[in-house]
Amino acid sequence: MMLRIKRVPTVVSNYQKDEGEDAARRGGGCGRNCLQKCCIPGAKLPLYTFKRAEEIPGDKCVLEHDDNQAPVAFLDSLLLGQWEDRMQRGLFRYDVTACETKVIPGRCGFMAQLNEGRHLKKRPTEFRVDKVLQPFDGNKFNFTKVGQEEVLFQFDASEDGEVHFFPDAPVDADSSPSVVAINVSPIEYGHVLLIPRILECLPQRIDRESFLLALYMAIEAGNPYFRLGYNSLGAFATINHLHFQAYYLAVPFPIEKAPTRKVTTLGDGVKISELFDYPVRGLVFEGGNTLQDLSNAVSDACIFLQDNNIPHNVLIADCGKRIFLLPQCYAEKQALGEVSSELLDTQVNPAVWEISGHMVLKRKKDYEEASEENAWRLLAEVSLSEERFEEVKALIFEACSYTLSEKEDEHLTQGAGDDKPPLEGTGSINKGRNCNMVSGTQECLVLQ
Amino acid sequence: MEPPQLGLIEQSFNSRYSNWAREALDELPDNFTITDPCISGHPIVFASRGFLKMSGYSRDQVVGRNGRMFQGPNTCRRSVMEIREAIREERGVEISLLNYRKDGTPFWMLFRMAPVFGKDEGRVIHFVAVQVPILRRRQRRRNGEGLCGEILSNSCRREVCSSSSVELAGVSAADSDCRVQAMEGSVWQHVDNYVFPKDCKPLDGFQLISFLQFALVLFTSLEIEEKCEASDTEKQLAATAISNVLSVLTHYSESTGRLVCEKRFGPSLVSSSLHISLGRIKQSFVLVDPHLPDIPIVYASDAFLRMTGYARNEVLGQNCRFLTGVDTDPSALHQIKQSIQAQQACSVRILHYRKDKSSFWNLLHISPVRNATGKIAYFVGVQIEEGSVDRHGLSPEMRQLSVVGSIKVAVRSSSMSYSIH
Repeated sequence: MMLRIKRVPTVVSNYQKDEGEDAARRGGGCGRNCLQKCCIPGAKLPLYTFKRAEEIPGDKCVLEHDDNQAPVAFLDSLLLGQWEDRMQRGLFRYDVTACETKVIPGRCGFMAQLNEGRHLKKRPTEFRVDKVLQPFDGNKFNFTKVGQEEVLFQFDASEDGEVHFFPDAPVDADSSPSVVAINVSPIEYGHVLLIPRILECLPQRIDRESFLLALYMAIEAGNPYFRLGYNSLGAFATINHLHFQAYYLAVPFPIEKAPTRKVTTLGDGVKISELFDYPVRGLVFEGGNTLQDLSNAVSDACIFLQDNNIPHNVLIADCGKRIFLLPQCYAEKQALGEVSSELLDTQVNPAVWEISGHMVLKRKKDYEEASEENAWRLLAEVSLSEERFEEVKALIFEACSYTLSEKEDEHLTQGAGDDKPPLEGTGSINKGRNCNMVSGTQECLVLQ
Repeated sequence: MEPPQLGLIEQSFNSRYSNWAREALDELPDNFTITDPCISGHPIVFASRGFLKMSGYSRDQVVGRNGRMFQGPNTCRRSVMEIREAIREERGVEISLLNYRKDGTPFWMLFRMAPVFGKDEGRVIHFVAVQVPILRRRQRRRNGEGLCGEILSNSCRREVCSSSSVELAGVSAADSDCRVQAMEGSVWQHVDNYVFPKDCKPLDGFQLISFLQFALVLFTSLEIEEKCEASDTEKQLAATAISNVLSVLTHYSESTGRLVCEKRFGPSLVSSSLHISLGRIKQSFVLVDPHLPDIPIVYASDAFLRMTGYARNEVLGQNCRFLTGVDTDPSALHQIKQSIQAQQACSVRILHYRKDKSSFWNLLHISPVRNATGKIAYFVGVQIEEGSVDRHGLSPEMRQLSVVGSIKVAVRSSSMSYSIH
């Protein structure tokens, strides 16, 4: 039995059309500046190359700008400037700064925004929610179809260990560039999409190299209020083309303020804690002897989750020093008809930003009546149950520590650019543990 | 990031408090620092003798630097965030924090911070931070269990890490602070799955030794990593210290005529958290308020003052027309006025005059800025002197837009919270 929900997908690009329209235009050149073979040759975009930081985040750091009093870092400046430019050119569907927003009174500090323009009155599309790994489908919308004007700059590692900026660099398909593009339905000012190795058309799934890129971006921006987020399929990712989102909001997120309880420290120094007194159960990753260690710990945990069909969201906060990993089950509940109509009517799809405490509401009524209680109730529905979370947690730890000691376990390590076929509910974790994983079939996991 | 010039630091202190203030502060026995949030980098402008002794640094090594220099790998990020938010919201905070001395050794202290408001400006001009070392080792886990006695007396752990190689070097339990120099090879799993069964069998000799070793490591490592609560005495010390410092500052500000006080006095032109955010932007710009009569300037960046040669008190509250002069093209002015009325952005090239009457071509960009209500709160004017070059190779237009973007984020965010005015 396949699990599906219907929802209107968020429009993130002006070139994102309905399924029917897309198929019609498949043949022949597109006649405009997209990022496919037809238009890439000769294309030029600004290029920002960052310095790879090998040191621990927070220690003898390259992170000189993690203080909100420090001068605005250059990447910050560049991104904001380019974004404002696109604002003034009218590329966004609405002015997000004209949307009323507030912090809901209470101890958590949930944020609510009244945004009637974000959601479209379109026919809802069906989304399959029981498969976290789905193959890339070139017929559907993907980011190579966006117009070049929606791309702000290319973002890659520098060759010589220094930061460089080239206002007009050729797009070199062979170097597999990563880009930062605007989200034309922004949640907040500066809402962008980071698309690693865009031309490789990777499906929405985490791999070590891509996650590290996202982490570098958080560090490079040097602004604790610039956060990156990731939604897996089944956890409200709209587009099955690997991307992270990011935006600016200079207030603390409720999830960042939630108390944590330390659970363990891995051999490579990565500290893993668990959230408590927060409606959604999740893990927090910090520390690590090197940046790679931290990045790999999170990536490996995500890879485990996606290999085992557990939808999840990731938030990179505090300039890359704290990373939140949140497995969720809302979509599945929705598909099984287990969510109350009251919650469904708010049309809030709890993706990473909502889970972190930032809710975008479509109806004025919901905005005026927004309360800490309501927000908590919604998010509590998203969380895995305590029992289930304990199971998943234990398995994640095994996954993380096994990666250190048993590198030959192919299910847990994934090299960069690895083109593995999507795994379908593999029973990879059966090391003598009691678990509910179904192996080898296409059936969804029905959680008890 | 370059440390701010010593001149600015000196001025921060000397312009507010009379010369005797330093002496009076030096007579206090407490550990404290005074910082200035309005100087880029939010540096320390004064550090007490007690503080320097506690941290092991000399005055020169501390003044001009940000408090972040005392943090290290085991400093709790959440605590740092709480302090950051308190600064942004211009309120006090009291929290236990792990800091590091110059020699690299960590120590727990109770950190208590309070804002000092300028009576005229109505915004924070300094923060006073007091640090009381937490001497008694009290490790408390979140659920309130006290570990100390229980570990060393009749307890046992289901999974003793006797197989992991744990080397202890330089653990000095007798010290009042943790000096764990090196801990190698410990792979901790299930750290908090302790079981304290009452009917525990006594351990044999070998088990006992390795267990005690383990417990010692656990004990001291937990000391670093878990929260450390301050005692009531220590909290009282912090409160007294803060009070001492604040009274000295209040007293010695009277003679300079620039009074300070502990509570905000009167409304401010631009909220202080916004002020702090705007301080990060190094370019020349002003914010004007279109809702007030004659659309006055409510904020001017330092770079603007440098470019035009005016002092801050000469421009705040004034309409921007003081920048125009005989040869300024009236049509450029008209364009600006029209854009403001239409609530739109515009760019003009306009001839402006400095205080010393010299003129310059100003590539001016103006844009409406909305706050959290969604309505326009200010207009921003970003000035670029024609011919100036940006070291990153950004065009003037792109530089201006960056400023606009940063300001839009700052204004929107700072007005979101119901607790910030």
